Amino acid sequence: MHEPVAQPTTEVLAAPTAPRGRAIVVTSGKGGVGKTTTTANIGHALARRGATVALVDADIGLRNLDLVLGLEQRVRYHVLDVLEEKISLDDALVRDKHSPTLCLLAAAQAREKDDVDETKMKALIDQLRERFDYVIIDSPAGIEQGFKNAVIGASEAIVVCTPEVSAVRDVDRVIGLLGNAFRPQLIVNRLRPALVKKGKMLSVEDVNAILRLPLLGVIGDEPEIIITTNRGMPIALQDEGATAAAYRAIAARIAGEDVAAPTVEVKDSFMDRLGSFFGGRR
Amino acid sequence: MLEFFKNLFAPSTSSSTAKERLRLVLMTDHISLAPEMIEQLKRDLVEVISRYVEVDLQKIDVSFEQQDHALAMLANIPIISVGRPTAEPPKPLETPSAAAPTAAMKSGGDVTPLPKRKRRRRASTAQASV
Ligand SMILES: Nc1ncnc2c1ncn2[C@@H]1O[C@H](COP(=O)(O)OP(=O)(O)OP(=O)(O)O)[C@@H](O)[C@H]1O
Ligand SMILES: [Mg+2]
Repeated sequence: MHEPVAQPTTEVLAAPTAPRGRAIVVTSGKGGVGKTTTTANIGHALARRGATVALVDADIGLRNLDLVLGLEQRVRYHVLDVLEEKISLDDALVRDKHSPTLCLLAAAQAREKDDVDETKMKALIDQLRERFDYVIIDSPAGIEQGFKNAVIGASEAIVVCTPEVSAVRDVDRVIGLLGNAFRPQLIVNRLRPALVKKGKMLSVEDVNAILRLPLLGVIGDEPEIIITTNRGMPIALQDEGATAAAYRAIAARIAGEDVAAPTVEVKDSFMDRLGSFFGGRR
Repeated sequence: MLEFFKNLFAPSTSSSTAKERLRLVLMTDHISLAPEMIEQLKRDLVEVISRYVEVDLQKIDVSFEQQDHALAMLANIPIISVGRPTAEPPKPLETPSAAAPTAAMKSGGDVTPLPKRKRRRRASTAQASV
């Protein structure tokens, strides 16, 4: 396996305990790298394997997971309604349209991160872990209270990183904050293999030479992800295609299967080739 | 071979620049996030140097500076006094692994280096004042 991360760890977060299901927080430090997209797709991919899955949107105030899943019309209550005991957990959980074993607990839109009581949040995640095989928590960007709320009930972490300097730096910080207790695993998102080949983008190896985490998967930079997000039908729902397969492979790895090392094929577009013909390393 | 010449003459790629910049900035980040580690490093540094010379504990300054392709540690440690050289040269720092065989040879005597050195320095100070 990989050696422990060689960096100072400031373990501000409590070490996890172990009820039935697994609670996995999806986080990154940096915003916009694909946490919500990853959460939605992993959720569907795990549900497709027959597992029961609860997705929790912990991005209080900036609710998005419902939109990505195409469930915005069905959301009536949110996580704070449950935390404040205004509504039962059952009433707040929204069942997915496509995957019958997938549920969403939406974030509160008109509230702030500081409204969340960490102890109650942990209790809520524990409650979900009693009922679902997987509880996947979509963390907000940043390392402040919202991040802490998202992490408090988790037993494991998935960190999403794009092959960019700022994303890698922020993820490095987040790994330090998580410490080893959450056994963080890495997903490299939005990789463009053709650019990597030309030396214009950090490779997965470059990223992980710095982060040194078990590699859970690699997702390419795919226009299809944007299209499927427009429609509220995560790409992992598709039967065909490399990206859907990549999410299924991630789900298999999460479930403990020994799936082949993740790769993303090089799709040399005509323009890419033209660019390299006229020679530019930039 | 061809690759070698290619790499030699090609301007460095932006991804290798990114890698290098990340490597440096993360070292700086890690240091700034671990003040206790730096304090411990200072204490250890002083302990080692004090085996040989007397240093001014109040004026020690350790800092880190980014230089071209590396991070450098700059230590400014004022020395107050240096003992008169004796026939017996100062003993080098004993690493834990090196200490074990020495202990065996010395028939189980006290081999902790620090107190010994202190004793010797006091002795030499006494000599000087006579
Ligand atoms: N692999 C990908 N290929 C192409 N587009 C992607 C990919 N992953 C994410 N995106 C797009 O990037 C944007 C940001 O993604 P997403 O909302 O999942 O990020 P996030 O990390 O959750 O952001 P925030 O920090 O704001 O919560 C979205 O428009 C999404 O469709
Ligand atoms: Mg998000």
